[in-house]
Amino acid sequence: MNFGFGKIAKGEGNIRQLSFITLCTFILMCWLLPDTFLTVRNFRSMSFQFPELGILSLAMMLAMLTGGIDLSLVGIANLASILGAFVFVKIMPPDSPEGVVLVYIAGVVALAVFVGMSCGLLNGFLISRLNVPPILATLGTMQLYTGIAIVLTKGAAVIGFPARYSVIGNGSVAGFGVPLIIFILLLTAFTVLLRKTNFGINLYLIGSNAKAALFSGIKVGKVLMISYMIGGLMAGLAGLIMSSRTNGAKADYGTSYILQSILVAVLGGVKPTGGSGYAIGILIAVLALQFLSSGFSMLRFSNFAKEFVWGVFLLAIMIVNYFTNERNKS
Amino acid sequence: MSGEIVNLTEIEKSFGGVQVLSKVSLSVKEGEICCLAGENGCGKSTLIKIISGVYSHDGGQIALNGRTYPRLNPIDSIREGIQVIYQDFSLFPNLTVAENLALSDQVESGRAIVSWERMRRIAGESLAMIGIEMDPDKTVEELPVSGKQLVAIARAVYCNARLIIMDEPTTTLTQKEIDSLFTLIRNLKEKGISTLFVSHKIREMLDITEKITIMRNGRVVAGGDTGEFDEIKITQAMTGRDIGGERFHWSGVDEEPLLRTEKLSRRGAFSDIDLTVRSGEIVGITGLLGSGRTELALALFGRSPADGGKIFRSGMEVVIRSIQDAMENGIAYVPEDRLTEGLFLEQSIERNLFANTYKKFERFAGLLDFKKIRAAADKAMDDYGIVSPDIALPVRSLSGGNQQRVVLARWMSTGAEVLILNGPTVGVDVGSKFEIHKKLREIAERGVGILIFSDDIQELIMNCNRILVIHKGRFTDELQSDCLKEHDLIDRLNAYR
Repeated sequence: MNFGFGKIAKGEGNIRQLSFITLCTFILMCWLLPDTFLTVRNFRSMSFQFPELGILSLAMMLAMLTGGIDLSLVGIANLASILGAFVFVKIMPPDSPEGVVLVYIAGVVALAVFVGMSCGLLNGFLISRLNVPPILATLGTMQLYTGIAIVLTKGAAVIGFPARYSVIGNGSVAGFGVPLIIFILLLTAFTVLLRKTNFGINLYLIGSNAKAALFSGIKVGKVLMISYMIGGLMAGLAGLIMSSRTNGAKADYGTSYILQSILVAVLGGVKPTGGSGYAIGILIAVLALQFLSSGFSMLRFSNFAKEFVWGVFLLAIMIVNYFTNERNKS
Repeated sequence: MSGEIVNLTEIEKSFGGVQVLSKVSLSVKEGEICCLAGENGCGKSTLIKIISGVYSHDGGQIALNGRTYPRLNPIDSIREGIQVIYQDFSLFPNLTVAENLALSDQVESGRAIVSWERMRRIAGESLAMIGIEMDPDKTVEELPVSGKQLVAIARAVYCNARLIIMDEPTTTLTQKEIDSLFTLIRNLKEKGISTLFVSHKIREMLDITEKITIMRNGRVVAGGDTGEFDEIKITQAMTGRDIGGERFHWSGVDEEPLLRTEKLSRRGAFSDIDLTVRSGEIVGITGLLGSGRTELALALFGRSPADGGKIFRSGMEVVIRSIQDAMENGIAYVPEDRLTEGLFLEQSIERNLFANTYKKFERFAGLLDFKKIRAAADKAMDDYGIVSPDIALPVRSLSGGNQQRVVLARWMSTGAEVLILNGPTVGVDVGSKFEIHKKLREIAERGVGILIFSDDIQELIMNCNRILVIHKGRFTDELQSDCLKEHDLIDRLNAYR
């Protein structure tokens, strides 16, 4: 499977610099914290933390490839997880036998997929049919989806999931956390979708020049619609992992993820103007941020240092990219 | 050196390894009206930008008013009295005439407070200098093109211009406006102000200029007093080929046409268009700006569909309401503006070639067969003479001619039977232009019907067997190009101005 590692070797999309800096961060943390950072326990814990952001970032990349953005992703995730939680709390009879619980869990997963795709469909409709700029359309739907979630829950957390459900967020298969496995599967699917299919290539073409895409007979509206639906689907899945991992669903959970996913996408080499980016870049960028935040919290910096460090990291990457691009030019 | 405002000797310039100017020499004396002629992409614009200090030259010498500049910058150029009037005039459309005229004084004088009185005085003075009356309180966007041009000229003259370079000044002017522009240029000459007229319109050069320098592919190929030139000589120098004897002839049979329209109309754009294109024909359509010609092209391609009349494809009536409809009916369209409507500049050549045909390469589960794509790309590059070391390079790395061939190849790979081209060789260098024309004839020979929308009269006469003239949305003339003279067609068009 070609994940685009060749692109890394060629240094396309500044992924090479990012990989290098990520590796440096990793080595630095290992060197500073040999007893805590470089441990199986830490790696396990990290592997449960970053997939949520990783999945949301993949969805964000999808929107950014076409030159758009999707601010409603976390809103969709929370709405999906809250509706799922209601199924468990209000519909599923308590003390259901094991088999029935499993059926309900499957139903909740299907519901999250359905809610995610429906919300994405609304985004896609506003953007491709009514020509609302993506940033405004998804800003509006973000408020809408979050608003619905708040009204349904009155702002409180919904708790009371069946124990089985927590497997999605906390379970392991062959030593690997389920969230990590889901993320890797989605990453693989994305790589194939973007690099090996007509649909994926159409996304790049639209992001590069929407007008030329139209004149080439690409069904721009339909492609955008589908891409926002896939984005919504991903958000729905992220919502499942979030509610399962924290054992609760809340209207305002993880709202900082939205800006962080933009940060990850940009770090990973996705151009905000569209038409360029690789799924593999998302993996590297999200790892870099995870190393930084885990490392710094072990170094006993303030808990709030994470934001600061990530900001510095983004700026550092931009500066390095600027200088390497300048050098390549001359 | 008396009175030589500009003296360029053996200027060299290259961009990213592509030599765009080689050993170009040019001089303009005080009070001279010179012409810099050449087809699109010959290096004219680059040369202007070197004179105005926007680009630096790689080799050769630049002397302005006798002073040599090893590295000319825009400020020096302006100080030496060089003023360039670009096609877009570089005016501020939202400001008034007076503000536009006095702005550089305002900036230069470093005053923090605007004196409206002073501004009006300057505006009045500069308009008087070129002998024009105009309401200084009108905003520039309200003015017609010719008015904007006058403001730009007045501004240049007020800035102590000694040489005014005009880039294609007549493109969007009516005949009357062109005449008054020429009068103005002659008046400027009386004042000792030179004009360098950049154009590709041969008759205008012969009309107004005293000296002609002709460029082709980045070199000066001919030069001298205008008196020594005539139309044929200039065309030959500009295009580098003999223009006689190789016109396109159609020798097909008069069978059911590939494309036929009956009273095709679109409100406010064109009406009652009866058009036929037979297999192997190359039909040209020309008309002035705003004649409805682009609208007709877009309607045939479904971009802005017609609202009346019928379209027949090989005898069958078809409905074309969208680009997809047109594609399904085997109609292809190579757009007017390659950069904004045709190409995905940052994307690879391969993606540009197959943007709308990737579906053909799907294997199981919608996965693309990149081996086949690679082979098809190599074949297309070969067929269309696209030169590039790697199909993974972005299409922006190609020259204009190669880019245009990519768009052409993209559309021909859809298997279209009717090919519509809008301005197929705009901004393409002469060599590529020739290649593209050759390719179009080959495509026609295979039985495709071609429709060329263009205002390049020579291109139409040489490559079409029939030419239709559109004016105010209706066809007014249908001409067989066999023995049609360039003059006749130009005169016909000018009659509509």
